[in-house]
Amino acid sequence: MRLRHLLFYATLFIAAHAHALSADEVKGIIFGETDTRVEALNKAALTADEKTVAFIQALSDDAVKTSGDKVFVVKDDKAFDPVTGAEQPLPQDAEDVINPNMMRSELDNALAALKLLSKDEQLRREAIKTLGSDSDEARLPLIEKAWAAETVPALKDQLEMMRAAILLGSSDRAKRLEAAGLLSASKNPATKTVLIERLGTELDADVKVALQAALAKVEASLAWGDKLGAIFSGISLGSILLLVALGLAITYGLMGVINMAHGELMMIGAYATYVVQGLFQKYLPGAFDWYLLAAVPVAFLASALMGAVLERSVIRFLYGRPLETLLATWGISLMLQQLVRSIFGAQNVGVENPVWMSGGVQVLGNLSLPYNRLVIIGFAIAVLLGMGWLIGRTRLGLFVRGVTQNRPIASCMGVNTARIDTYAFALGSGIAGLAGCALSQVGNVGPDLGQGYIVDAFMVVVLGGVGQLAGTVYAAMGLGILNKFLEGWTGAVLAKIAVLVIIIIFIQKRPQGIFAMKGRSAEA
Amino acid sequence: MSTPFPTINDSLLAEQGTDLAPKVPAQARPPAPSSPGRVELPGKGPLLTRSGWSAFVIALIVVCAVAPVLNLWVPEGHALHLSTYAVALLGKIMCYAICALAMDLIWGYTGILSLGHGVFFALGGYTMGMYLMRQIGADGNYKSNLPDFMVFLDWKELPWHWTFSDSFVATLILIVAVPGIVAFVFGYFAFRSRIKGVYFSIITQAMTFAAMLLFFRNETGFGGNNGFTDFKRILDIPIATPSMRMTLFVMTGLTLLGFFLFAKWLVGSKFGRVLQAIRDAETRVMFSGYSPLGYKLTIWVISAVMCGVAGALYVPQVGIINPGEMSPANSIEIAIWAAVGGRASLIGPIVGAFIVNGAKSWLTVAYPEFWLYFLGALFIGVTLFLPNGVVGLVKKLRKGAEQ
Repeated sequence: MRLRHLLFYATLFIAAHAHALSADEVKGIIFGETDTRVEALNKAALTADEKTVAFIQALSDDAVKTSGDKVFVVKDDKAFDPVTGAEQPLPQDAEDVINPNMMRSELDNALAALKLLSKDEQLRREAIKTLGSDSDEARLPLIEKAWAAETVPALKDQLEMMRAAILLGSSDRAKRLEAAGLLSASKNPATKTVLIERLGTELDADVKVALQAALAKVEASLAWGDKLGAIFSGISLGSILLLVALGLAITYGLMGVINMAHGELMMIGAYATYVVQGLFQKYLPGAFDWYLLAAVPVAFLASALMGAVLERSVIRFLYGRPLETLLATWGISLMLQQLVRSIFGAQNVGVENPVWMSGGVQVLGNLSLPYNRLVIIGFAIAVLLGMGWLIGRTRLGLFVRGVTQNRPIASCMGVNTARIDTYAFALGSGIAGLAGCALSQVGNVGPDLGQGYIVDAFMVVVLGGVGQLAGTVYAAMGLGILNKFLEGWTGAVLAKIAVLVIIIIFIQKRPQGIFAMKGRSAEA
Repeated sequence: MSTPFPTINDSLLAEQGTDLAPKVPAQARPPAPSSPGRVELPGKGPLLTRSGWSAFVIALIVVCAVAPVLNLWVPEGHALHLSTYAVALLGKIMCYAICALAMDLIWGYTGILSLGHGVFFALGGYTMGMYLMRQIGADGNYKSNLPDFMVFLDWKELPWHWTFSDSFVATLILIVAVPGIVAFVFGYFAFRSRIKGVYFSIITQAMTFAAMLLFFRNETGFGGNNGFTDFKRILDIPIATPSMRMTLFVMTGLTLLGFFLFAKWLVGSKFGRVLQAIRDAETRVMFSGYSPLGYKLTIWVISAVMCGVAGALYVPQVGIINPGEMSPANSIEIAIWAAVGGRASLIGPIVGAFIVNGAKSWLTVAYPEFWLYFLGALFIGVTLFLPNGVVGLVKKLRKGAEQ
């Protein structure tokens, strides 16, 4: 923090006619009613020099003391005069300056406005972000000054929008008209609210027309972002559904085990991620940002191991009796939930996103794609490709397909079917673990994690057509996008209900899912 | 769907979802289920055997005489006194037993596993709850004629679906009609398009999940996630008095016994035999000239109505109904009771409901950490080792003793 301040003072652009901080200004900012203090502060900010900035910064950091009508800036246990900068003895009775909340936010805004003039592009960017929706007319000269000096086009545009937003509140009709014209080029959702607010209070007819035209233009340019945003979040939800359902597509789709513990296998993956995170925090804090890379294989192995144990101990006795596997795996899921509660407690645990996953890419004014969503989409694609390769191209995949299609013949050919069952189940479980690892980055990690996704997982697999990988992909993406579009006009819960009802109706029409198996095997 | 053991016999069983466990390993089973000696003709009517008759009478006496006497007239502190807590618990479990019985009709006897029976239970419960909410009158926290949650939401009048909630007679009709109609509509479409086995189970689960989400919403008019509670009276009689509790208890017991007799009659009738035929080989039933749709739909609606009645009896005794009753987990638990007791036997599910819920109320108090382990282990153990449930085990032991 300190370093940044120093940098800021050093790079501050100082206007030519700025005059030095005077003792009167200091007293105006420090003493009196909050309103008059704010006024003095804004006035000083307009013609700020290095010392003014340092003083405002010190005030904002609570490093200013007063004694009588004398003002001291305290730094490293030494007191300095804010105007001359000379060191002074700090009297015993010096008191802290009290900044009410209003004063505090004004200080922040003034600092941000001053940073608009900084030579460092990053600081200017931050300052624009901080000021954002603040449309105080007193700040107009400063913004115009910054706008004139700005060289980066994107920032210049943003400054122009800020200027227009402030002008919109001006008492001069011509200025308001100008502002409406300027704002119509905006692609920022905040502009829309500003325009709508102003429309409510605007009295002049011409300005009103101009405002409405601007609003229509802004809305039109926002519509694209809204649509793309819905599609993106649909794909993002779809990729999560896909991850959740892929493992089930093996254990249920291929092997016929109604695995109600699928959600708990995901939960194990999520907790494995949590444990890896904890280990990194403790032993490798330097490499903490990369804990997720280590967590992925750990989550896979933890769930796969658990899956193998379950298959060997319970599920292999129940092949061919799908409804009994439902009961037994439900029992397993209850026990796993309690196990996690006993070990980690009933509360949700915190899993942090690595730094490289926070933030996002700004594509349009109202469309930014968060990195964690992008990473999960990529991850889902990778898992899908990996699984497709494993099932379609490897010896293990060949055996799995052979055993599920015709067990006796596969057995005759010398395939150890029992072992293949274990491998296949462990693979499905491991993929559930990968899903859990991904979910830990976007949702809560707690003992109930699995319960929240189990219905979704089954819906996707059934809708896609049991035993059909491609169907699972289409179903997941379709449901994700459908859900997000419905959310647009009904809200999240009603959209979810609508999707469930649509699935129920769809299954009436096509009981075997999108991709029904054809031929004699369809009924079996 | 794949059939890991693709003998004709097994694939048929798997397809039907009939998991009445084979008593012999799959490979050793005779090839055709119709071979002589395997056809079981229905036994005598429920009350015609001496043991059946006497067991029924004993159950009737326990419910109608022993429990009330022990609770109301034996003084507190006496060794034989039945506490109010115990009465409430028994009443609650009997409601669950009705659900288990209903589940057995549709699952054990017809081979259709429903994972959505919680919806029908809750619909019956909510219908009763609406009447009870109206019975509170202006005695609620806000002293308004409207239920408290509506005042809280700033509603001025009752929504349309509360129209009949004032009348007890209408409520009694709706308790049967609402779950019945919902089940009919859902079942008609599902059975018509020949959804069966696992698919049916999963869409019923989707149904209960959707219903739960819907009832969690405030604007649906069912009290949101708090549901209904704070009931004061029923038929203008205070609900918390010992005699009222006892009346509800006895009514529940009689309902359970009545449904038991009804189910016994049903499964022994020709209708019941067709159901079992559908369970064992639906395709063959169709080839024999029967249309399974009507049979499945009828038993599905009957089963749903039984659950609805159970819910209506449950709510005044427990004093609360909320959307949690519709969670998929609750519906699965109903199936568990039936499985633990033993499917395809009528007494089994009732026994199962008592065992599981008895253990639940004991374990959740004594070893709260332990309850889920126990329940989970019970599910696994029963499916692995007791495919015919406790009743099957008893039968086996008895047979062993005879030899």
